[in-house]
Amino acid sequence: MARIAGVDIPRDKRLEAALTYIYGVGDTTARTICAETGANPEARVRDLTDDEVNALRSWIDANLRVEGDLRREVAQDIRRKVEIGCYQGVRHRRGLPVRGQRTHTNGRTRKGPRRAVAGSKKKMARKH
Amino acid sequence: MARSIKKGPFVDGHLLDKIDALNAANSKKVVRTWSRRSTIIPDMVGHTIAVHDGRKHVPVYITESMVGHKLGEFAPTRVFRFHAGQERQGRR
Repeated sequence: MARIAGVDIPRDKRLEAALTYIYGVGDTTARTICAETGANPEARVRDLTDDEVNALRSWIDANLRVEGDLRREVAQDIRRKVEIGCYQGVRHRRGLPVRGQRTHTNGRTRKGPRRAVAGSKKKMARKH
Repeated sequence: MARSIKKGPFVDGHLLDKIDALNAANSKKVVRTWSRRSTIIPDMVGHTIAVHDGRKHVPVYITESMVGHKLGEFAPTRVFRFHAGQERQGRR
C-alpha cells in the first residue's frame, strides 16, 4: 500500500497518474516529481519499492505544499480578501464569480441552481 | 500577466507626493484621489484615502493586509440594489 502525503492511497495506476490524486499535484507537478526522484512515471504504484516510495514522500514533503496545508492556505487567502473588503473579497462574500466572468447568463457554478424570478417566463417567451 | 518586479509598484506621482507630505508632517488627513490604479504601498498604511468610484469619494482606511492591492479594488463602481419585486433579505 502506497501512502504518500497523508491519506492518499493511489494503486494500480501509473505513478504519473496516481500522484495527481494528491490535492495540489496535477499532471505537470506529477511529472516533475517523477523526474526529480528518478522514479519511472510509467510504473504501476504497486510495483514501486519501499525506497522509491520513501524518496517520493520525502521529496514532496521537502518541496511541495499539498493536501491540508494547501487547502488551509487557499482558505486563508480567501478569508483575507473577504476581510479587507476588496473587490475579489466582495465577490466571494456574495457567492458570485470572482474573476470577471459575465453573470447575465452563466456563472451557475458560483451562483448555484437557478432561483425562479417572477415574470421571467414571459420574458423568455418574448426572446424566442 | 503580472507586472515586472524590476519596475516596482506603480503609484501615481501626485498621490505619492501627498502621502509623502502627510508622512513628513506626521499628520493624518483624508486624501481625496481619483487614482484608482495606484498600488497600495506600505507608506499608506494607517491613512484614510478617499477613492473616487465615479460618483463620489469612498473613504478607505488602509491596513497592512491591503498592501499590494490597488486602491480601486476598495471602491466598487457598481451598486447592485435588488431586482423589481425581489424581497430584500435581512442580511448585510
